[in-house]
Amino acid sequence: MTAAGGGSTSPIAPYAVVGEVLDKNRTATRRRRSLGTIIWWIVFLIGVAYFLVPLWSTLSWSLQAQPFGAAYTNTLDDPQFAATLLYSFTIGIITVIVSIGIIVPTAFWVRLRVPQLRRLVEFITLLPFVIPPIILVFGLIRSYSHGFLPLTNTDIGSDALLVAAYTVLSFPYMYRAVDTGLRSIDVQSLTEASQSLGAGWLRILWEVILPNLRVSLLAGAFLTLAIVVGEYTIATFLARPAFGPYLALIGGNKAYEPAAVSLISFALTWAAMGVIQYIGRGTRITVAGAR
Amino acid sequence: MGPLSSRRAFFNWLGVVPFFLFSFLFLILPTFYLVIGSFQDKNGAATIQNYADLLGPQTVRTYLNSIEISAVTAIGGCIFGFLLAYAVILGGLPRRLRTALMTFSGVASNFAGVPLAFAFVFTIGRVGLVTVFLKDVLGVNVYAAGFSIYSKIGLEIVYLYFQLPLMVLIIAPAIDGLRREWREAAENMGATPSQYWRLVALPILMPSFLGSAILLFANAFGAQATAYALTGGSIDIATIAISRQMRGDVLFNEGLGYALAMGMVVIMGISIGLYALLQRRSERWLR
Repeated sequence: MTAAGGGSTSPIAPYAVVGEVLDKNRTATRRRRSLGTIIWWIVFLIGVAYFLVPLWSTLSWSLQAQPFGAAYTNTLDDPQFAATLLYSFTIGIITVIVSIGIIVPTAFWVRLRVPQLRRLVEFITLLPFVIPPIILVFGLIRSYSHGFLPLTNTDIGSDALLVAAYTVLSFPYMYRAVDTGLRSIDVQSLTEASQSLGAGWLRILWEVILPNLRVSLLAGAFLTLAIVVGEYTIATFLARPAFGPYLALIGGNKAYEPAAVSLISFALTWAAMGVIQYIGRGTRITVAGAR
Repeated sequence: MGPLSSRRAFFNWLGVVPFFLFSFLFLILPTFYLVIGSFQDKNGAATIQNYADLLGPQTVRTYLNSIEISAVTAIGGCIFGFLLAYAVILGGLPRRLRTALMTFSGVASNFAGVPLAFAFVFTIGRVGLVTVFLKDVLGVNVYAAGFSIYSKIGLEIVYLYFQLPLMVLIIAPAIDGLRREWREAAENMGATPSQYWRLVALPILMPSFLGSAILLFANAFGAQATAYALTGGSIDIATIAISRQMRGDVLFNEGLGYALAMGMVVIMGISIGLYALLQRRSERWLR
């Protein structure tokens, strides 16, 4: 903007002067912004360091075992590793099925038939945040070690109790995911259309609603899996041969293997989250697990 | 009500029966059992002695430890999580870093419990990488100076590993909600950056910020696995105290165990209730 120079009589001069002042302002702002950017880079790099150093330490520790990679081969060769991981996966998949079986009809009904129950259902699905796993398992053990349903007396009963506890833990994520999914499709019209074609309720749920909820359900399912596989508190107190208690056991007995299993477990979490990210592009779900 | 409409009413409820039945059996009933138990003595007679015991110096210290750890990690996680999220969203960093941080946060906020405890033992434990580095290269022996990963501060450093990313995830939508136009409008009217922050951005962000702090507090308060795996049950916090009562260890007192659990439920309930309230307020700006 050179036109502003020397008090020219050009009619555009005043505008040009204004332009120059604005320009100066803008440069100042830009300079401030670029200084800001440097500060934000520093903040970011500190965060990255905090996140990555523990992973790096664990990796380098796991690689100290002799011969090279022994921490990993020993871990993978341990039959307990595969057995507990398989057990936790099985429990996780059963949990997902039970949870979907309960939450989908509920969310569907609440949206379509009994909207007056919405608040109550939302409240109950939030309760697992209020009642942490340690208290949930405390209550479950006291309620089901005797009395009308003595579940903890048998292995299969304890397994069932574990699935029940995990299903409860999955309610907040599953309900949110399904409810968000239902909001994005026109449940009312889909249902009426199916009804006018002569479909019954089960058929509507199974063939119309479920396929439309695929993305939400998969996201909820993988989040549940990520929480269940590796869960420690509930599995330990129910004395289940699960992956979480196995990890803790390894930690007490071995030198390098704990580092290897920590990283494997991190990779598993990463895989579950990667799947969610991939299938759910754009959809958002709250994340918070059993710690 | 005719037979048809009452059948319809029955049918309306049928779809939600499994949910309520399941929730009653495996969530409400167990909690109720603890409530009843907390008002009974060893012989099953009604008493409030358990709650009187709850106010004893030992249990009060336990709760204060839990509250301190949760508050410190909530505030620390909130502040740094916010800065981190702001850096990748509005700080002028490449957009790819935002995606990377969000994905990583999704993973890290779920990476907790036993493996997390191990990872930090290898980092800042007695022979951890960072501990050794500080000692051998910088000549700083943190363990000789009184630091321990098995202490409160150690646990706080570990908890931040899931608190920080959780904050990044929940505050990101609020930061996204800060419209560029608001900043430009403020600047055009001659506002300085500090005025913009004090009078525009912070008031808008405050409900989300407080809500997140409370959620992080509850998140740390209910954590058991990480603390147990890290300290083997030696640290004196509420979740560990309940574990000890459940295992029937020292000073076993079943009623006190129930009362301890109730104390936790009350604190968690207040936190989550406040969170839900603030959540509703902050949604106003996120439309």
